[in-house]
Amino acid sequence: MNPRNIGLTRRQFLELTTLAGSGLTLGVVLPGCGSAGSGAGAAGPAAPLEMPFVRIAPDNTVTVISKHLEAGQGVWTGLPAIVAEELDASWEQMRVESAPAKVPMYGNLAMGGKIQLTGGSTAIANSWEQLRQAGATARAMLVAAAAHRWGVPAAEVTVTEGVVAHGPSGRKASFGELAGDAAKQPVPEKVALKDPSSFKIIGREKLPRLDSRAKSTGAQQYAIDVRLPGMMTAVVARPPRFGGKVQSFDAAKAKAVAGVVDVVEIPRGVAVVGRDLWSAKQGRAALVVTWDESGAEKRGTAQLMKEFRELARGKVALTAAEVGDADAALARSVKRVAGEFEFPYLAHATMEPLAAVCALSADKCEIWSGCQFQTLDQATAAAITGLKTEQVVINTLAAGGTFGRRATPDSDYTAEVVSIAKATGGRYPVRLIWTREDDITGGRYRPLNYHRVEAGIDKDGKIAWRQRLVGQSILAGTPFESMMKDGLDPNAFGGHAAEEYDLDHAHISWTQPKVGVPVLWWRSVENTHTAYSKEVIMDELAQAAGQDPVAFRLAYLGKHPRHAAALKLAAEKAGWNQPFPKEKGRGRGVAVHESFGTVVAQVAEVTVSGAKISVDRVVCAVDCGIAVTPDVVRAQMQSAIGYGLSAALLGKITLTDGHVDQSNFHQYQVLRLEDMPRTIEVHIVPSTNAPSGVGEPGTPPIAPAVANAVRAATGIRLHSLPFDLAAARGASA
Amino acid sequence: MSIKLTVNGEARELDVDPEMPLLWAIRDHLELSGTKFGCGMALCGACTVHVDGQPTRSCVTPVSAVAGKSVTTIEGLATAAGKAVQQAWIALDVPQCGYCQSGQIMSAAALLGSNPQPSDADIDAAMSGNICRCATYVRIRAAIHQAAGALNTPKPAGS
Repeated sequence: MNPRNIGLTRRQFLELTTLAGSGLTLGVVLPGCGSAGSGAGAAGPAAPLEMPFVRIAPDNTVTVISKHLEAGQGVWTGLPAIVAEELDASWEQMRVESAPAKVPMYGNLAMGGKIQLTGGSTAIANSWEQLRQAGATARAMLVAAAAHRWGVPAAEVTVTEGVVAHGPSGRKASFGELAGDAAKQPVPEKVALKDPSSFKIIGREKLPRLDSRAKSTGAQQYAIDVRLPGMMTAVVARPPRFGGKVQSFDAAKAKAVAGVVDVVEIPRGVAVVGRDLWSAKQGRAALVVTWDESGAEKRGTAQLMKEFRELARGKVALTAAEVGDADAALARSVKRVAGEFEFPYLAHATMEPLAAVCALSADKCEIWSGCQFQTLDQATAAAITGLKTEQVVINTLAAGGTFGRRATPDSDYTAEVVSIAKATGGRYPVRLIWTREDDITGGRYRPLNYHRVEAGIDKDGKIAWRQRLVGQSILAGTPFESMMKDGLDPNAFGGHAAEEYDLDHAHISWTQPKVGVPVLWWRSVENTHTAYSKEVIMDELAQAAGQDPVAFRLAYLGKHPRHAAALKLAAEKAGWNQPFPKEKGRGRGVAVHESFGTVVAQVAEVTVSGAKISVDRVVCAVDCGIAVTPDVVRAQMQSAIGYGLSAALLGKITLTDGHVDQSNFHQYQVLRLEDMPRTIEVHIVPSTNAPSGVGEPGTPPIAPAVANAVRAATGIRLHSLPFDLAAARGASA
Repeated sequence: MSIKLTVNGEARELDVDPEMPLLWAIRDHLELSGTKFGCGMALCGACTVHVDGQPTRSCVTPVSAVAGKSVTTIEGLATAAGKAVQQAWIALDVPQCGYCQSGQIMSAAALLGSNPQPSDADIDAAMSGNICRCATYVRIRAAIHQAAGALNTPKPAGS
């Protein structure tokens, strides 16, 4: 989702998720913890200091409580870095663990604080002030404890690299030695935060990730790895077409498979439960289900795209943005370009397939998952089981990737595992695993999209832009529907040209087709396609005007100084002002785009050989405000470039008569090591602004940068993804 | 009928369907969860283990095929090449979500075990069967080169 557009949620949703008397803003104290005298003798030197976001233990470790899911984007390093900075801790003593599902304490402040979720590249941004306060508060309490113990003025106590000291007397103590006494100190109402110029940990070029060791030794536990005594494993037979339902099933053959213990119907299909995955899978293969497909989507993607093209020529559309008079301005343009763009459905294809474990008893539902939407999953589990929200306990584990896939408004696989636990009476803990085939055919795709663009430049150099987008709404019918205004889903068209450039005349409209294929946020959401058509058409306009692509863009970025700065930095570092070697098949291209408050510009250098596009080098500039952990920022740019390139070169989900054509990685091709650019240079625009996110914004520019490079090299216009040079050559001929 | 094999240097017995893929025997019955399930069709490499030292996709290897053989998983990786690879992975902060990295490391360790100074083309050939959706590929390549460098640096005398 997009934090630009966060609004209220549906009312019943609020009722489920709002706790009385919240008052949370930058809350730093747990009830009963940290207040003077609460320990009454029980506390002491060997007690911890416990606060909602920080725990300092007698063993001198500092554990940051992460309200956000770690799915690779580095929050288990970035969030501790913020705390460690204000606490003046040593990096070696920092640890991290997941927060329980609990609002408003762990709500996402970018979403109003009432929903605990990770998404929209908001984790660092919404935690910034909160965790600085938490770190500074803990530091003040350690200082007060030391001052009290040593009988010295607090103003004379210093904290450096995890050591509390009093210079004049030479006394020193570790955090662990002071934690118990610190817990007895009054919580300061106000603490001073550091001036960013004195940051030592935030912005450190190479701050080791806290999870690298566990993830390099096989020790990191994911939901799929959870083992509980007596636990069984389930797979689900789901309808072969989206919108299908179970009509009837015959479990006899499935139950005859050795190791199968139960076959139960749940709202989403039929679950086969076995003592291990192997038996459950064998059982599912033997299961006979008759499906009711009366309400199923039976169209294929070729048919859908044909209908989208027709809709784009029709009158039914909502106006997303209007500036000046695009029609009149287009009519008087002296240079014009036009394009039709087609974007396929895309699966997220996380490396850890969806998995969750549920242990259900009469008064408790405990879930283990790579949970991205704690508040929604908790409410869904409560509704399914009839338990109270607080009786649903969620253990959030590291996720083996998400890219949006685990952020499901209807709780998807979490609802499935809880439904299976309920249907089997809670007799055993149950682990649900989606196979790769379940994942690739399971829907929740980046929406299929069609764009039609006409753009022109008048004799004074003013741009006129008319664009129609046709693509499904992601928000409609979900608890996030209230983010839609006047029927407009910003997740369908955000990041369009009128938002990102200074345009005098623009008309952006959107038509929402009715399709039964479930869609979802996919790393950078609408920007995956809006940035593409925008940046490709801008490049074609530059060519039509006979201008350099960088200089041309800069002329329309006067009101977008951060775009301009990132674009200039990428161009400078890429050596844009030097002529590019005139070798056959080689070219370079550029693109710039803002999403989630972060601006990213990329220059791509390519070699085209026959039907193959090789991306040799990418130079990336990113303005994400203060870079809390610069190496994680670089890692996320590298990752987003690879993810976006995978979609540009290879990614597509197609349907034939409502059946998904791809089932595993031999058909749903993804980027492999040999196709990754050998060189990716990431340059961070210096900034004193508060941080914005980096998980998603690196994705949008890479596909148009590569397309523009291919056109520079070959003259071929690539308007459909994934790139098909042979088809595009034919179209251009 | 139970199947005998050696896993990470220990003699183990498996009383499972002989057709069960080694991956699921390792994960569900030997309770070693470091080896990951990614595709079930030898397409992604997340399940890579060493069988008698050779990198093997455990998701398509029936348990019956490893009777009497020696299986090494990420938990038991102890070769010089393996240790060098893991150290390089940590030093360069290769992992992001981390889920594929056991398989990546097992493939890289096998590569360096047989080819101590791989070229980029060698790395492409050995590693392109291992998918990483976080696209940590730039760092994977760099870490393999770094591990090769560490392995090929003569140790000081007496160490």
